[in-house]
Amino acid sequence: MTYLLDGNAIAGELFAAFGREMTDVVGKCRNCGTVSVVAELCVYLRAPGTVVRCPSCHAVVMVLVTIGDECNVHLPALEFEQ
Amino acid sequence: MARAALPGRLSWQIGRVVDTIQETRRAKSLVLDLPNWPGHRAGQHIDIRLTADDGYQAQRGYSIASAPEDDGVMLTVDRLEDGEVSPYLTDVVEPGDEIELRGPIGGYFVWDPSLSGPLLLISGGSGIVPLRAMLRDWAAARPQVKVRLLHSARSLDDVIFRDEIMRFAAFDEVDVRIALTRAWPEGWRGHRGRIDRDFLERAAWPPQDAPRIYVCGPTGFVEAAAAALVETGQRPDTIKTERFGPTGG
Repeated sequence: MTYLLDGNAIAGELFAAFGREMTDVVGKCRNCGTVSVVAELCVYLRAPGTVVRCPSCHAVVMVLVTIGDECNVHLPALEFEQ
Repeated sequence: MARAALPGRLSWQIGRVVDTIQETRRAKSLVLDLPNWPGHRAGQHIDIRLTADDGYQAQRGYSIASAPEDDGVMLTVDRLEDGEVSPYLTDVVEPGDEIELRGPIGGYFVWDPSLSGPLLLISGGSGIVPLRAMLRDWAAARPQVKVRLLHSARSLDDVIFRDEIMRFAAFDEVDVRIALTRAWPEGWRGHRGRIDRDFLERAAWPPQDAPRIYVCGPTGFVEAAAAALVETGQRPDTIKTERFGPTGG
């Protein structure tokens, strides 16, 4: 199952990983410089990993891998601005 | 009420189903009793996790349909034919059952009555669910904010919360417009076809009125509506979007 959603769909994982609500946090794509809130990122749910892309240049900016209760968040090209 | 109460961590908990309501042929509401619920904001959602006997887990997010003021937390689930989670929630779960969940979740696609500006709500299919929470929150607080709901469904029978939406329309400040995309009753005077640029130009407030816009529905619906809004001159930073799966829900 692979389909395009948005950052709202990973709000629970991000809250669990960061300990705070993240969908309204602003992030900057290191590839193209586009600034957007996490809720506006393009999300591809693909068990067991989730790929998050920049809505502008489609670079992979975040990868989430959930195993059991633990969600590992990798940020290959995303800088949070708050 | 602790409207913005957010715990420092988000834990899975057990909720008990106290009631179920068949809303349409495909959509069912579950009313949950959640001990220690911190309160939620209109537009937020809950993650539900099902665990099979062999340990396999499937997790999905469902928007909260109830307003912060309501008793009990209500989720409304659209049944997806090939879904892993929704058919269980709509066909199997009964009052008294327990469900593993976490929430409330979401800080972007949220509205509360302190926000200014006319409120423009645009939904397709089960995208109405979080907007229903906003409408109920509005009706409870009655702020000096005009509301317009533009909702798209396949047919009148597929309109979730149809009777309640019509009751909202009785408020002077609330305007409801329904677009039916596949079938319409004889003499239907609402919109026929999708919510497109022409419809939005007629039905939305002009950009200079600075509407606060929320768009929710299947991904294709949201992409098309958001693009059409921008084409009609609405400012992108006034448009908040939430996408569901390919067929909604």
